[in-house]
Amino acid sequence: MNFELNEDHIMMRKMVRDFAEKEAGPGAEERDENEEFPMELWKKCAELGLAGITFPEEYGGVGADYISYAITVEELSRVDAALGVTISAHSSLCANPILLFGSEEQKQKYLPALASGEKLGAFGLTESMAGSDASGTRTTATREGDEYVINGSKVFITNGYHADVYVVTAQMDKSKGNKGIAAFILEKDTPGFTFGKKEKKMGIRSSATYELVFENVRIPAENLLGEEGQGFKIAMTTLDYGRIGIASQALGIAQGAYEQALNYAKERVQFGKPISALQAIQFKLADMALQIEAARLLVYQAAFVANEHTFPVSKYAAMAKVFASEAANKVTTQAVQILGGYGYTRDYPVERMMRDAKITEIYEGTSEIQRVVIAANILKD
Amino acid sequence: MNIIVSVKQTFDTEAKIALNAEGKISDDGVTLVINPYDEFAVEEALKLKEKFGGEVTVVCAGGEKAQEAIRTALAMGCDKAVRVDISGLEDADEWVVAEVLAKAVSELPYDIVLSGRIAVDDGSSQVAVRLAEALGIPSVSSILKLEIEGDTATATREIDGGAEVIEVKLPALFTAQKGLNEPRYPSMMGIMKAKKKEIATKGLADIGFGEVPAAKMSAPKYSLPTSRAGGKMIPGDATEATKELARLLREEAKAI
Amino acid sequence: MATGIWIILERNESGIRKVSLQLLSKGRAIADETGESLVAVILGSGAAQFADEAASYGADKVILADDKRLSTYTTGAYTSALNKLIRKGEPAAVLIGNTAIGKDLAPRLAQRLGVGMASDCTGMETDEAAFLSFKRPIYGGKAFAEVTATDRPILAAIRPNTFPMGEPDATRKAEIANEAAEIDDDDLRAVVKEVVVAVSARPELTEADIIISGGRGMKGPENYEILEKCADAIGAAVGASRAAVDAGWIEQKFQVGQTGKTVSPTLYIACGISGAVQHLAGMGTSKIIVAINKDPEANIFALADYGIVGDLFEIVPLLTEEFKKLTA
Repeated sequence: MNFELNEDHIMMRKMVRDFAEKEAGPGAEERDENEEFPMELWKKCAELGLAGITFPEEYGGVGADYISYAITVEELSRVDAALGVTISAHSSLCANPILLFGSEEQKQKYLPALASGEKLGAFGLTESMAGSDASGTRTTATREGDEYVINGSKVFITNGYHADVYVVTAQMDKSKGNKGIAAFILEKDTPGFTFGKKEKKMGIRSSATYELVFENVRIPAENLLGEEGQGFKIAMTTLDYGRIGIASQALGIAQGAYEQALNYAKERVQFGKPISALQAIQFKLADMALQIEAARLLVYQAAFVANEHTFPVSKYAAMAKVFASEAANKVTTQAVQILGGYGYTRDYPVERMMRDAKITEIYEGTSEIQRVVIAANILKD
Repeated sequence: MNIIVSVKQTFDTEAKIALNAEGKISDDGVTLVINPYDEFAVEEALKLKEKFGGEVTVVCAGGEKAQEAIRTALAMGCDKAVRVDISGLEDADEWVVAEVLAKAVSELPYDIVLSGRIAVDDGSSQVAVRLAEALGIPSVSSILKLEIEGDTATATREIDGGAEVIEVKLPALFTAQKGLNEPRYPSMMGIMKAKKKEIATKGLADIGFGEVPAAKMSAPKYSLPTSRAGGKMIPGDATEATKELARLLREEAKAI
Repeated sequence: MATGIWIILERNESGIRKVSLQLLSKGRAIADETGESLVAVILGSGAAQFADEAASYGADKVILADDKRLSTYTTGAYTSALNKLIRKGEPAAVLIGNTAIGKDLAPRLAQRLGVGMASDCTGMETDEAAFLSFKRPIYGGKAFAEVTATDRPILAAIRPNTFPMGEPDATRKAEIANEAAEIDDDDLRAVVKEVVVAVSARPELTEADIIISGGRGMKGPENYEILEKCADAIGAAVGASRAAVDAGWIEQKFQVGQTGKTVSPTLYIACGISGAVQHLAGMGTSKIIVAINKDPEANIFALADYGIVGDLFEIVPLLTEEFKKLTA
C-alpha cells in the first residue's frame, strides 16, 4: 500500500496552498467579519481550474481525481473555510449531479460553464421542515404541458443568491413518499424564483447561505434531472460525494488551527520556557496531530473509493465526514485553548476556525445521520 | 518565437541550513523549489509566447530532483524541457555550469534566452551572464521590463539608484529582476498536462563533453555564521530609552 | 608571471564611488603585505581627472582607457576593453565592487577570460597558497563559503562597505598609463537609450552608512514620513521590509532582504520589523543593528546590538529629536 501522494498531487497541493496563503489569507478575517462573499477569489479559483477538478475534459473540466479535489478543498479551507465550501458546494452538489444523472444535452448545456467557473452552482434540498428527514420535502413540482411548475422554498442554501445554476428537489407525488421526489435544474432570474433571508451564521460567515423561494416558477420539461421519482436517490448520491468535500474542508480547518497552535506553543514563554515544553500542552498537540492524521487517512480513503467506484462511496464518505468534522471541532477548540486569552480574540485566526468548524458536524448530513448511513451500510453487508 | 528559459532548483528560502558530516551543506528535509527569480523568467517567457506564438523550452543543469522544478515550469505553461545531468560533477562552479548550459542551449533553436538574475542558494548571479558570453550573444541583466518588436528588444534594467533602457537585437539573453512580472500559479489543467510534456535527459557526453569540465574555483569550505551576540535591551519609557539609545550610538557604537 | 592587484574603479556624478575607494584602501593594505603593486583602472571619457584621487587612496599605477564608447557603462564595451587590458597586463587579481555594474560586468568578463569568479564577497584575506581567499554569504547569509582560485587573474566582486575607506594621502603619486580601448564591434550590440536616475537627496541604499527601515509595524504608507524625518536628521537612507512592500506601502526599490537589496551599513535601525530570516539575509552584515518593536519576542532582538521595546510611533520622533541635537 502506497501512502504517498503522486507528483501531480504534490504540485497541486503546493499550488493551492500558495494561492490560498497569498490570495485568500490576507482578507479572510475581514470577509468573515463583514460576511462578504468571496466573489473575486471564486473567479481566481475558477481561472486556476479549481471549479471543475473532477469533471471530464470533454465537459471543460480538469479530468483530475477525487484526491486532487480533496487536497484542493483542504488547502483552501486551511486558510479560509468559507472559500473551501464555496468550491465544494459548487462542484459536488451542483455540477456533480448533472454529470452523474444529466442527459447529454443537460451536460453539454451546463457543465462547461460550471467547470470553468463561468457560472456558480448551488444545491437546494433542505427545507425548514426537511433537514435530516429530507424525504419530508414540501416544495412541489407539477407537470403542466411541456413545463414543470415549482412552488415552495428551500433554506440554508450555500452559494444561494450568487449562484447561477441550482439543482433543486421537489415532491411530485406525496403518496409515493421518497419515490415521489424529483430533481430539477433551475437558473437564477427565472420568473418566480427569488431569494429570501440571508442567514447570519456563527461561522463560515463569508459563505453565502440563503433561503430560496419558488412562486409558480415555470421551467421547461427538459430541466428535469434524471427521471421523475429519482430525485431522492439523486440527492443521496450527490450528498455521498459531497461529504468528501466537507470532510476535506473539516480536515483543512483542523490542519490550519493545529499549525497555529503548534507555532504559538513554541514561541509563547511562561514559567521561563516555551509552553510546548509543558507536558499538558504536548499531550494536547499530540492528540490534535493524531486526530488530523486519522482524519486525513479517512478522507483519502473515501477519495480513493470515489475514484475507483469499487466500494460504496456512501460508507467511506460518511466515515470520513463524521470523523473529520468531529476532529475539526476538537482540534479547533484545543487550539483556542492553547492560545489562551489571545486565541479568544480576533487578533488570531483560531477563534474563526473554531466557529467555522462547527457547521461541518451539521451540514450535508449531521453527524447523527452519518452514523445512520454507516450503520445501514455495515448492517446490510 | 523560440524562447529558452534557464532554471535552477534551489532550497526554499525558509530552509534551515546545516552542514553534514563531510562539511557540505545538508539537503536533509529541505524543501526544494524552482528558484524564485527563475519564476519571473518563466512568466516572462510565457507572456512572450502568448503574444508572439512559438515554444518555450526549459533548460536545467541538475540532478534528478531538479525534475520537480522543471515540472513546475512545464505546469505553468512551458512546452518542453532539457535537463543536463550534472549530478556526477563534484563542486561544479559557475564556469562549469555555464559551459554545460551553453552546449545544451546551442543544440536548440532560440531567439531569446531568459533566466532569473540570481539564485537564492549560492547568490552568485553569474551563470546566466556567463551563458550569454559562451553563446556569443548580448546579455542584459536585472530587467524590470521587456518589450519586443520584430527582432529588437527594449529592456529596462535596474541600476544602482535608478534604471536604464537598453535596446538590443535578438538573439540576446535577459535576466529577470523581481518586479518584472507576477508569476502565474500553475493551473490544475497545467499540472495535469505537465506530465505529458517531454523532459529530455542528457548526460555530459550527449552534449559533447569528451571529458568532464573542471571547475575554476576551489571546492568551497563551508561554515555557519557565528551568531551575533545578543545586545542590550534599553529600558525605560520612550523618552528615557531614546535618550539612552542616542547616547550609546554616539559614545559606544560611534555610529553617529 | 601574473602580478599586481587591479581595482576596476566605478564612477558616478560625484566622482569615484565609495566602494572603489574602499577597495583601493584594502588593496593598498594587501599590496603592502604581499609586495604586489596596486593598479587602479579607470575607463571612459575624462578618466584622467580621477587619477589623482585613485593615487591618493593608494594606487601605484593608474591605467586610463579614455574612450567615448566607455563613457556610459555597457556590458559589451567594458567586457571587451577590460578583457584586452587584462590579457595584456596580466594582473594576479582583479577586484570590483559588487554593484549593479560589478554584478553585470564581472561574470561576463570572467567567462571571456576563462577564469572563475567570487561574487558578493564579504571577506577577503591573503592566502599562502592561493594569494587571496574570499568569504561570501550563501543561502541568504545562513551560511558562508570560502573560496580560492587557481587560475590567474583571480576575479572577485566585493560587497560595498565590507572594507572601510582609508584616509587619502594627497601627496601620493601614481604612474599614469594611457591605454587604447580595444572594443570589438560585436560587443556594441546593446545600446543604452536612456538612463533614469531616481533623484533623491538621500543616499543610495546599498552604499548608505546609515539606514532606517520600516516593516509591518509601520501600518501604512503615510507613516514612512516619520522615518524620512529621522533619516534626514542623520543623512540616512530609508529602507523597508518585504511585508511593507507587499502591502503596497512603499516601492519595491526600498526593500531590504533576500528578494530585495543587500545592504551592509554601519548602522541599521529596524522599526516595526520582526526580523524574518529573509530580511536578515539582506542586512545581517550591518555593523550595528538597532531594533525598535512593540513585540518583546520579535526575532530581530536576538540580533540587535541595541533594542527598544516600544511603540515606534512614539520612539522614532523622539529619536529624530535626539539625532538633531547630536548633529547640531
